Amino acid sequence: MPVTQTQQGSRWVRHSSRDVLVRYTVLLLTLVAFIVAMRFISGQTMWVFVSDAPRQAADFTARMFPPDIGFFPRAVAALWETINIAVFGTILGVIIALPLAILCAKNTTPHSSIRAVALTLSAASRSVTSLIWALLLVQVVGPGLLAGVLAVGIRSVGMITKILYETIEEIDTSPIEAVKSTGASETQIFLYGYMPQLMSAFVGITVYRWEINIRESTIIGIVGGGGIGFLLNSAINRLAWDQVSVILITILACVFFAEIVSAKIRAAVN
Amino acid sequence: MLLQINNLEKKYKNGLVALKSINLSVPEGEVMALIGPSGAGKSTFIRCINRLVEPTAGEVILDGTNICILGSRGLRSARKSIGMIFQEYALVEQLSVMENVLTGRLGYIGFWKSAWRRFHPNDIDKAVRLLERLGLKDYIDTRADRLSGGQRQRVGIARALLQNPKLLLIDEPTASLDPKTARDIMRLIVELAHEHNVAAIINIHDVTLAKAYAKRIVGLSGGEVVFDGVPQQLDDDSLTVIYGSESWSDKHQEDSPEPLHEIKE
Repeated sequence: MPVTQTQQGSRWVRHSSRDVLVRYTVLLLTLVAFIVAMRFISGQTMWVFVSDAPRQAADFTARMFPPDIGFFPRAVAALWETINIAVFGTILGVIIALPLAILCAKNTTPHSSIRAVALTLSAASRSVTSLIWALLLVQVVGPGLLAGVLAVGIRSVGMITKILYETIEEIDTSPIEAVKSTGASETQIFLYGYMPQLMSAFVGITVYRWEINIRESTIIGIVGGGGIGFLLNSAINRLAWDQVSVILITILACVFFAEIVSAKIRAAVN
Repeated sequence: MLLQINNLEKKYKNGLVALKSINLSVPEGEVMALIGPSGAGKSTFIRCINRLVEPTAGEVILDGTNICILGSRGLRSARKSIGMIFQEYALVEQLSVMENVLTGRLGYIGFWKSAWRRFHPNDIDKAVRLLERLGLKDYIDTRADRLSGGQRQRVGIARALLQNPKLLLIDEPTASLDPKTARDIMRLIVELAHEHNVAAIINIHDVTLAKAYAKRIVGLSGGEVVFDGVPQQLDDDSLTVIYGSESWSDKHQEDSPEPLHEIKE
């Protein structure tokens, strides 16, 4: 805000009076919108249930304990399916993402129109969550592991492609020039110039996505994608809370383990 | 004549003319230094020879073949006989010294052999001999990013020589090195060029090094050849023609026409 001259000397304020007015109006409107929204949510809520919540939660927790230890082998068997969904889903995602990333990167794409198509595919994969992919795929291929693997795989493509093609675009170009100058073919340039530079990022992204996929696969069963989520859903429907607690503990342990493995591998390749 | 360049021109899309009708010939085995100020077109010039940069007009005739009119297969084949050495070494940092050196053979083998790293035993022998000659015998399996600047440049030299080139294009080989290592590298390049009977075009901004090691000096300024002669002919007048007016004999260059900008400004 400009400095103005007064009898007492120079005067400076941070905002002009017009700016101050605008700022307070925006603040007021935000407050009004917040209160209106609060009243709406409150109107839609059954407060009798909410007032009952602590008692319900206590009851619910009590029913979970002691966990049904005898159910543990079935939970582990279902977890094995979940891990398979995550592993094969990640592999499927990587197989699709690698060529797609090459088509997406400005410096390796054959043509800008192909790049646009590839970018669209990658964005489409990212914008739908695996749960919705699974819902759709269960209709197409039927419920079970395959639907889960496909859902996780398709969902993974977008993220792996995006990180990978950004890595390709940031690659050091002088070794590429050097390999090119030896008379190497395009595929050899990729093999000796690009691949070594991309390898650690590629492994890192894959493992990181696998870790996310372990978490995503646990939930996919709820819509029929197979794995431990299916078991969880049926246990909840049967109100078998002592089995639910076993399933939750199994999932927790598995996710924890996956995160440790992922962190170790990524630290090793960097 | 090994290399004959006729009316070579490079005009960039933005209208910048990097090279204006260059004519130059290099006989077999000749070591030539190309000097000139930054932006004179030295880098563009050597990259036009193996078409890492596409020239817009003219001919580059290597051993009777006009490289400028070759298709992609022919170009790859021609590139095999042109080795290149770079200022920042341009090694693939994640690969071992041996892999970097054997990269020089990629033009001679197919995709699958290169994918499985199955190089011909003779190539491996030659690579080992070169690495011994360059003092890198103990670093064969070391990753390139573990080496010092001088060692990396030696790997770059070995990679270029393993191509069995007839011509070496060398872009500021010493600009990233300390003065002692720079002299070592220049000496090695000149010696190896003689041993393997390879001609070399060395872009270099260090005039003293150029005069000490090259048999012939070509001066490039504003995309044109403005000097071509033996080192003894390169006097203060010719330096002025190449670089612009400057008191060349001054040791301290106190009366430099464009003083450096000072921080207190």
